Formats: sequence, C-alpha cells, structure tokens
Amino acid sequence: MGKSFSPFNIDSYLKVSSEKSLLRFTTAGSVDDGKSTLIGRMLYDSKTLFEDHLSAIKKNPDNIDFAHLTDGLKAEREQGITIDVAYRYFSTPGRNYILADTPGHEQYTRNMATGASTADLAIILIDARKGVITQTKRHSFICSLLRISNFIIAINKMDLVDYSEAVFNKIKSEYQDFSATLDLHQIKFIPVSALFGDNIVTKSNKMPWYAGESILESLDNTFIGSGHNLLDFRFPVQLVSRPHHNFRGFCGQIASGRIKVGDKIVILPSMIKSAVQSIETFDGPLAEAFAPMSVTLTLDDEIDIGRGDMIVKKNNLPLSTNYFEAMLVWISNTPMVANSSYLLKHTSNSTKAVVGHLSYTIDINTLSRNLTPHLCMNEIGRVTISTHEKIFIDTYKTNRQTGSFILIDLLSNNTVAAGMIIEKIPQEDLFKRYKQIDIDAAQKVREIHPSERLVSKSAYEIKLKQQGKTLWFTGLSGAGKSTIGRLLEKKFFDEDRFAILLDGDNIRAHLNSDLGFSDADRSENIRRVAEVAKLFNSMGMIVITAFISPFAKDRLKAQEIIGADNFYEIYIDTPIDLCQKRDPKGLYKKAINGTIKEFTGISSSYEHPESPSFICSTQNCRPEESAMSIFQFYLEKL
Amino acid sequence: MKYRLSNLRQLESESIYIMREIVAQFANPVLLYSVGKDSSVLVRLAQKAFYPGKIPFPLLHVDTGFKFKEMYEFRDKFTKSIDAKLIVFKHPSTYDETVNPYDLGTQKCCAILKTMALLDAIREGKYDAAIGGARRDEEKSRAKERIFSFRDKNGQWDPKNQRPELWNLYNGKINKGESIRAFPLSNWTELDIWQYIHLEKIPIVPLYFAKKRLMIVRDGQLIPIENKSKLLENETPQEVMSRFRTLGCSPCTGAIRSEASTLPLIIEEMMLARTSERSTRIIDHDAEGSMETKKREGYF
Repeated sequence: MGKSFSPFNIDSYLKVSSEKSLLRFTTAGSVDDGKSTLIGRMLYDSKTLFEDHLSAIKKNPDNIDFAHLTDGLKAEREQGITIDVAYRYFSTPGRNYILADTPGHEQYTRNMATGASTADLAIILIDARKGVITQTKRHSFICSLLRISNFIIAINKMDLVDYSEAVFNKIKSEYQDFSATLDLHQIKFIPVSALFGDNIVTKSNKMPWYAGESILESLDNTFIGSGHNLLDFRFPVQLVSRPHHNFRGFCGQIASGRIKVGDKIVILPSMIKSAVQSIETFDGPLAEAFAPMSVTLTLDDEIDIGRGDMIVKKNNLPLSTNYFEAMLVWISNTPMVANSSYLLKHTSNSTKAVVGHLSYTIDINTLSRNLTPHLCMNEIGRVTISTHEKIFIDTYKTNRQTGSFILIDLLSNNTVAAGMIIEKIPQEDLFKRYKQIDIDAAQKVREIHPSERLVSKSAYEIKLKQQGKTLWFTGLSGAGKSTIGRLLEKKFFDEDRFAILLDGDNIRAHLNSDLGFSDADRSENIRRVAEVAKLFNSMGMIVITAFISPFAKDRLKAQEIIGADNFYEIYIDTPIDLCQKRDPKGLYKKAINGTIKEFTGISSSYEHPESPSFICSTQNCRPEESAMSIFQFYLEKL
Repeated sequence: MKYRLSNLRQLESESIYIMREIVAQFANPVLLYSVGKDSSVLVRLAQKAFYPGKIPFPLLHVDTGFKFKEMYEFRDKFTKSIDAKLIVFKHPSTYDETVNPYDLGTQKCCAILKTMALLDAIREGKYDAAIGGARRDEEKSRAKERIFSFRDKNGQWDPKNQRPELWNLYNGKINKGESIRAFPLSNWTELDIWQYIHLEKIPIVPLYFAKKRLMIVRDGQLIPIENKSKLLENETPQEVMSRFRTLGCSPCTGAIRSEASTLPLIIEEMMLARTSERSTRIIDHDAEGSMETKKREGYF
C-alpha cells in the first residue's frame, strides 16, 4: 500500500464537524474600497485557496492579484468591476461560511440586496482615505432594510494613512452619526489593510492602539443563534405526497418555529383544525422538528390541503390578508407602474397582485422621503399591495421567511422587485386608500367573469313558496333589533317560511372579525352583510339583518347591492333615553365614561332614516308584538 | 433539544426544499445524472425530498460513449437498486468514429458530445427543468450561477442578465421552449459532499477509491488506459496507486496519485488538498474563461 497516512479518526472529525455552525454573510463596498482584495486575502490567509486557482491569477509571485480571484465573469475581468453576486465558501475550525460577494458599483445595487437577503452579517468596507461616502450609506441602508443584524465596518487601506488611530476614530464617529437613524443591531469597527493582511485573519502588530478582534475572529465569535425565528410555527405546504392510498403527507420546509407530534394545528386559508399525527423523513419519523428543517407532516384528519396553504399552530396565527404595505426594492430596468398587476411569490404561494399606491420613495443617499410617481431600478419605495388571493403574512421584522416576497413581471417573467412587509398596518388608512384606488384596479386584474347560475331566484321562490326579500333593520344600540329579529325568524319558521337572521354581534364575531368600529370599518361591515343578504335572497331566502347601520349612505349602498326590489328598510324606532335605560350589554355606560370610543348615539352619529319602508316603534310594544307587526308588513308587501 | 442544525443538515434541508420547488413549479423536470459522486448525492437528496414516494422525475444520462466501464456498471446497478427511472441519451455523433477527443481536440469533442447532446436531449424530452449537480465552489463562473438558472429557447445562458434570486423565493416562470437549470447543490463544497457521502453511506463509483491502476504518465498527469487510449512514442503504461477525484470521459479525465482507498482517507486527503478538483479535468485549461464560454453555450 506504499506509504501510510497519519492516523485520522473520521468519526471523531465528523462529530466535531457536525457541531460546526453555518454563517452566511455579505460584503459591500465601493468600487475601489478593496473588497475583492479583502475577500481574496481572507480566503488566501485562511488557507482554503487552491493552488491552481492561485497560479491562474498570479502574474508574478510577489504581487498576487486577489481581486481577480473573485471576479468570475469575463466581462468583469475586462471592465475590472464586479457585476454580479458571487458566492464563496470557506471554513474555520468552528464555522463554515457562505459569503455573498456583492457588487459595489452603483448600477448593481439590486445584487447587493440579493446578497443581503440571505445574510446574517454584513462586512461594509470603507476606504480610510475617503471615509464615509454615499456608497457606504447606501449599502448600510440596504443591509438594514433587509434586516441584517450584525455589522462589521472594515476601515481598509490603513497602510495608506500610516495606520493612524485618529483617522480610524474619525471615520468610526462619522459612521456612528450616520447609522444612528438605522436599526442596526450590533456594529464592530475594525481597522485593516487587506493588501497586507493586517487584522484580516490575525491581529496586526502595526496598530498596537487597536485592541479588538481581527475580521476572521470577529466572524467566528459573532452569535447568530439559529438564524431563524423559533417561536412562530409557519409551515408553507410545498407539495402533497400521496404515494399510496394510506398516506397523505404535506411536504415543506419549516419556515419558522417548532412542531411536535400531537400539536394542535390550523390550516390556512380553510381554518380547518387538526393535529399533527407524524413528522416523516427519509431517515425515520421525528417527535419534534424545527426551522429550517425539510419534513413531511401527516395529520389526524383527512383534509384537502394544497401547495400554498400554510399549516400553523392554533394559538399563533399569521395575518391572512389581501392588503398590506411593504417596502419594495425595484430591481428591473422597467419602472414600476402603479395600479398594474404582477405575480407575487410569497413562501410557497403565488398570486396575482396589484401594486397600488406609492406612498414615498427613499433617497438612500440622504435617507429622506420623496414623493415621486415612479419607482425605478435600484430605488426603494413604500407601497400598498392588494393580492388576488389571501396570503398569510408576518412582518419582515419578525419573520424573514413569511415577511418577504418577490414580484414577477407577467409578460417577461423577470423578477422585478423584492418586497418586505412592513411592521405597522394601519388598517383604516389602508382601507381608505384601497377603497378609492385599488379595489377597482384589483377587480380589473382579478379578471372576474361572474357566470349565470342555472337555477334562478324565481325558480327557488316557486319551490319555497315565498319571496326572497331582505328586511334591513336599523336603529340604535339597545333598540331591540336582535330581540325582534330572533322572534321574527322563529315566526317565519312557524309559518313554514324560511328566513335567516344576520345579527351584528354574530357576524362581527366570525365573518367580519377583522373589522373594528371606525367609520371605514362600519361601512365595510355593512357592505359585506349586504352581499351575504343578496346571496340568500338569490335562493329565495328571507333575510333579516340586525345592525345599527347608522349611516344613510351605507344603507343606500346596501340597498344598491341587494336591489331596491328586494330591500325593505325597517326602522326600529326606540328613543335613546329608553335604549340607555335598557342598556342590555352595558355599553352605554362604557361609552359615557369613555371606555368605548365611537359609540353610536354618544360619540358617533346616528342618521335617522328619512323614508323607511316600515317604522316599528317599540316604546309601548312587547317584542313579540313588534315581530308580529313586521311579519304582517312582509305578508302585505307580497 | 438543541434547536440548531449543523452545516450539513442545513445544506441538506435547503437542497430538499429546492428539489420540491422544482417538482411543484415544473411540469416535466429531469435530473441530469452524470454517474459521479455529486450525482449520487443529488439522487439521495431526491429520495429524501419525496419519501415515502418514489423520485417523481427520470434520471437522464447524456452518454458520450467515452465513460469508464465501471461507471456504466455502477449506473445500471445503482439506478435499479433505488427503483429510479433511467433514460440514457446517446447523441447520433457518439456512433461516429471520427467524433473523439484525439482527432477533434477536447473542446470540439465536448461541444458535440456533451453540450450539443445535452441540448438535444432536453429539447427531445421537452423537459422544462433540468436538475444538475453543479456546485458554486467548483469554478469561478459557477460562483455566480443562480439556483434556478434561466435558459432561453436555444438553451443559452446570459450571465450578465440573470434574474436576481432573493431569499429562497425561486422564480421558475418560463415561456414555452425556455427552460430552467436547477442546482440543488449550489451551496455545497467538495468537502461537504464527501462528508455527506460518508455520513449517509451513499454508494459511489469505485473509481474514486485508490488502487493500483494502469496509467499513462504524461506531463505530470495520469491518463487511464481505457476507450482506445492512444500512447505517444516512448510511453508505456505503468501501474500507479491512484484514484479519480472527478469522473468524466476517460480520455479527458486524469487520475491523481493517491493512497486514499477508503472514505476517511479520501476526506483526509481532501482536507489536505491544495489543488482544486477540476484541475484533473483537461477541458478547463484551454483558455481563460473556457468554462464560462461552455456554460453560455449550454454546457453544464
């Protein structure tokens, strides 16, 4: 066997190696900051460079051109600039590294965002002779926007400023002043000379005034954790596995959080509940799994689930929504067109989406906000987005996986924007904004083509021997709408007629649980109820609605939706002092002492109906009598 | 429970995710199976991604006819043992005696038997996604390759105009006739591959393990005796303790002198390696940027 190798215990090596963590980081710097040299030096000095790669770049042995080592593409070698993200791999005894080497040249900012999107740490280079420049600010901002939490600011070319501590301190304080406005978690400043290897891998003896770590030491020591959110379980279903009739598994990579066998789960968007029966892998079933593991879940119940659905835990739901606000980094040559549609990719989901209102763009040189009509290549702006189908989101700040998305051009198929969902969703603002601009546009893009049903309303009415009408109650809180409504529903039933009561609190508890009591939400509440009433009417059902519906315009809107022929406005007329006296839910008391805001009749107005179809005065009537009078009204109208 | 995945398990999970995305996003994907160690890992990851189901796409071997005998034996045995569907594509030129690296030179031969053959195979099979085992650490131009890499109607790669790839949101949207090359092993290094093969006990072609083999020693390279190897004047084959770090066509794949006859020894050798693996591939040396040129034209 010839000469023998030294004893090497692969098992113990692998054991140590399996404890190794993985750190993904990115580098950013301006064209001449010496970024490629720094990377080349790191790779070279950490002894991972292969000799033949080296000999290809060594023009003469004393002058190693590190920059050429990392510039992969012909065009880059010719132009001497780095135009695309290059990924580099190296390791230290404690850690493996994936480095996204991103371009510093202005026109390629989009690539920087790409590199930053998967990074846990950023090294930002500053030329000691130039200090903090526009590019530095731009790069720092993009890294903070993509929520990299750890920063190493490498102040390079210290050899050209005589390794001066004063220069280092000046730049450090310049950077601190600038970055105070950014949400940077941890910043370390390191003085280096990439060309001579000072403070890259080992500490330099040329800067005795600097007591901190070298770049590589700093990388090794940075605490990253798992790099994933382990609190909020989010499992976007990628595929359904049905190899045979006895197995139905849901494949995916855990985007965040943890899951155990037996955990109660909810499926979005269906909201169907079940529990985890097993966590399957090729290597055997697991009792528990966590992000970012790729697994296959089976559930206790047979449920229809598809790609794009999300499995989450019962008590920890993401927001299911069609509307949200986001920061967009525009990465296409074709500028963004407001109110036009794109394909939105979010976790395993894709849906058509309309980019609505552009609130502002950010001038990344000054970090100021500008009102501009367009979002162009390399620009960053805050937009509203409405999606065709609901997606299940968290904010990018809390969850990189479920807070990020990309937009794809429907014609060219190119990726045109990277999006980060913003922390605050001021729902009322959103609603007002969307109501005007986006719903029309959204309708347009959704390409809705309502189809005629085969069974008509009148066909149902003949079968049911009744006419589908809506009795739209309006009146103050405590007027007796719900009480009368319930009795009326029962009365219809007793008389062999089919009616359904849509009651304010019941609808708000379920169908409209996302709505509050602002004017905008009240209007939306009424709109949805009207749509539901219309559906019931269309199959011949009688609908009784019990909502305060305080605004004339909303009642008019409801009448428009339901159709004037089918709509009867029933005014449940009870004086406010009587309502206050009844106060069945104790709401007036709370409204008066201010615990409840925007309460109709107290802090929010009630617009009396001008010409209701029927006035039901309750002052001297028992509820049964009121219900009876409305029943009579219904019969008369037929 | 420690909620942290090791480097290898993170890479594994990412690759499984990519495999599943390919199957979810494409109608007719295919795995380009080269019989090498990276292919073996790729196949294992595909098994893991779709367990307990079978691998839902075929394995396509674009066969130049110049592979090592042991590679063919391994290919047939291995794919059968895992119940995978194997498609062997041989370009008409492989039956043409004049198409060989000795007469045409390596560049031209590769252009026909590999690049052209691959493009024809993809076109013929109407595959919309081709899964390859390329890694970014192999070569400079590959360092900039996307995980979902777009190819136009002619199978060409435009490195200056790639789709930005953010987070793990892979854009597989294509029009008819276009395709995607997908690289689930993008982020693996050669050492990762070897460690994983060891950890997972993944079968690989025996040529990777050192033993005494008949070799021509030429310009410091070890050229195996196989597929009508042509001896120059004054050359005599000699037995050399050697192995192959990568496997390609036998006339164009050099061996290295090595004593590494087991996986642990290979890993040890790897860790001490100072010469990158593709240096035993003769094709990369023709001109600076030759890999990029090949890739633009459609080579893997």
